[in-house]
Amino acid sequence: MTSLVEADVPPPLTPSLLYLDGVTVSFDGFRALNELSLQIAPGEMRAIIGPNGAGKTTMMDVITGKTRPDTGEVLFDHGVDLTRLDEAAIANLGIGRKFQKPTVFESHTVEDNILLALKGDRRARSVLTARTTTEEARRIDEILETAGLAAQRHRLAGLLSHGQKQWLEIGMLLAQDPKLLLVDEPVAGMTDAETEATAALLRRISAADHSVVVVEHDMAFVRALGVKVTCLHEGSVLAEGAIDTVSENPRVIEVYLGR
Amino acid sequence: MITRALLADDRTGRWFLAIVLGLAVIVPILHLAVPETSAFHISTATLALLGKYLCFALLALSLDLVWGYCGILSLGHGAFFALGGYAMGMYLMRQIGSRGVYANPILPDFMVFLNWKELPWYWYGFENAWFAFLMVMAVPGLLAFVFGWFAFRSRVTGVYLSIITQALTYALMLAFFRNDMGFGGNNGLTDFKDILGFPVQANATRAALFAASALALALGYLVARAIVASRLGKVLVSIRDAESRTRFLGYRVEHYKTFIFTVSAIMAGIAGALYVPQVGIINPSEFLPANSIEVVIWVAVGGRGTLAGAALGAVLVNFAKTTFTTGFLAPYWLFALGALFVVVTIWLPKGILGKFNDLWERWRPSPAEKSAPKPEPMPQLAE
Repeated sequence: MTSLVEADVPPPLTPSLLYLDGVTVSFDGFRALNELSLQIAPGEMRAIIGPNGAGKTTMMDVITGKTRPDTGEVLFDHGVDLTRLDEAAIANLGIGRKFQKPTVFESHTVEDNILLALKGDRRARSVLTARTTTEEARRIDEILETAGLAAQRHRLAGLLSHGQKQWLEIGMLLAQDPKLLLVDEPVAGMTDAETEATAALLRRISAADHSVVVVEHDMAFVRALGVKVTCLHEGSVLAEGAIDTVSENPRVIEVYLGR
Repeated sequence: MITRALLADDRTGRWFLAIVLGLAVIVPILHLAVPETSAFHISTATLALLGKYLCFALLALSLDLVWGYCGILSLGHGAFFALGGYAMGMYLMRQIGSRGVYANPILPDFMVFLNWKELPWYWYGFENAWFAFLMVMAVPGLLAFVFGWFAFRSRVTGVYLSIITQALTYALMLAFFRNDMGFGGNNGLTDFKDILGFPVQANATRAALFAASALALALGYLVARAIVASRLGKVLVSIRDAESRTRFLGYRVEHYKTFIFTVSAIMAGIAGALYVPQVGIINPSEFLPANSIEVVIWVAVGGRGTLAGAALGAVLVNFAKTTFTTGFLAPYWLFALGALFVVVTIWLPKGILGKFNDLWERWRPSPAEKSAPKPEPMPQLAE
C-alpha cells in the first residue's frame, strides 16, 4: 500500500522499539496526522502533550492497528511492520493500550479482569480448556498488590470507583507484560494523591524495562513523570525535549499552554 | 465427575437438571403405564405438546448462549432449527419407502407428483440414520460457521447483524417454498411412518422421543454450562461488554464469535430434529422471521444470560400461547404476548430467573458475599 519510495528509506540508525516515519492519516480530507515522525527507545518513557485535535489518539490508533495510515512507516521491535497487522496481532506482539475512558470488563470480578489480560495463548481452542496455573495465580496476586486492588479482588469491576477502574486497567496492562504501553490520560478524574501514586506506578513500570508512552493534559502530572516530552500540533511534532525546554517554547505556549 | 465439578456452584443448574431428567422418566411412565381412566394419565396430545416445549427450550438455550453471553442478537435462529428439522424430515421421508401414496420405493411422494425421475444428489445418504443425524448437526453448523466467519470477520455487529440474520432466515424460507428446491415446497415433508424402525405414531415411540428431547435439553445445558464456565466463556462475556477492549488484549474476537455461533446453531439444529417427528411435519413456515423473533422473547422473559431461564421462558411462553390460542381466549393471544413483553421490559429487565436470583441473594446472601468486603468506597479514593 505504501509507495516504493518509502521502502528505500534506510532503517533507523538508533535501535528504537517504535519507529514512526512520515505517517499521514486523513479523515474526509482532514489530516489527523500529518507526516508524523516519532521514535521511542527500549525502556524509554515518553509523555505526549498537545491541544485537542492534535492527533494524539489517532497516533495511538495507528500504532495499535485500529486505523490504517494513508502513507508512512510504523515499525516495531526490529522492523515488524505494524500497518499490515490487526489489533489482536499487534497486542500479541507486545503493545498494550489503556483507553482514555477506563474500559474494564464490568461484569467480571477484578481478579478475572487480570486473568483475562495475562500474557498467554489467546487461541480459542487453548482458552476453552485453560485452567488457572499456580504461576498465573502468583502473577495475579502480584499485580493486584502492585495496583493496590488486593482487597477488591472478588468484587465486580463495574462496582469500582473511577480511580480504581483506572488502576485496574493499568494492572491489566501489566498483566499483558507488553514491551510497549500506550497510556491515554491515565489521571483524568483522579485526586492529587491518586495522580501522584499513578506517576510513581508508571515510573516503576518503565524502570522494569517497559517502554511507556503517556498521553496527558495534566501538566503537573507530566512534570511529576520527569521524562522527555513531545508536543503534537495539527498532526505533527511541534517540539520535543525536556519538560522545561518544551514548556518555554514560544510556539508551544501559543498553541497549547495558553495564549 | 466433570458434571459434578460443573454443577458445584450452580444451584439453579442442579434444580434444572433434576427437573428435566425427572420429566424424562415420569412423563413417559404417566403416559404408558398409568391407565387412561386415571387422573394422572398423560394423553398423547399432551405428551406431544410437552415434547414440543422441550425442543423449544433447547432452541432458547442455544440462543441464550450467543445472545446472553456474547451479545450476538440473532434474529434468525429459527433457520438453524428448521434446517435440523429438514435433515430429520428427509430421513423420515426415506423411511416411508413404498408405503407412500404412489408406492415409489425410492422417491418421496412429492417428487413423484412433480414427475421427477430420480432422487436429487443432496438426498443421497439420508436413508441412513447415522448420516441423517450427522447432517442434523453438520448443516446448521456449517451454515453458521460460514455465515459467522464472513459476518464477524467484517465486524458486522449490533443491529446490522440482527438484520442480516433475519434476512438469512427469510431467504431460506423463500428458497424452501420453491418446489424445484426438492424439499416438498409449500407442503414440506410429512406423513412420516417410521423412525429407527419404530412407528412414529406409536405411544412407546412418542414416549421415547419425549425422553430423548429431555435428555438433549439436559445435555445441551451441560455443554452450554461447560462453555460459559470456562475461560473461553469469560472471554465471550468480555466481548459482549467491551468488544474492542478484548481485541486490544490480543483475542481474535471473530474466532470466538464464530465458535459460539456454530455451537449454538448445532444445538438449535438438534432441537429442530427432535421437534419434527413429534409434530409430524416440517414446512417452510418454520423459517418465518416472526418465529425467530419469538425465540428472543422467550429468552428475554425467562432471563437472558441465565441458560436455565431461557429454557424456562420458552416453556412458560409456549404454555401461555397454547392456553391463549385455544378456547375462548383465542382472540387475545397477540394482546397477551404484547402485554407480556411490556411487563418483562419494565418490571423484569433480567427476566423471571434473573429476578428470582436477585430476590434469593437479598433473602439469603451467599457465604462468598458475607466474607467479601462491603462495597464501601475506600477513604483515599473518595471522589
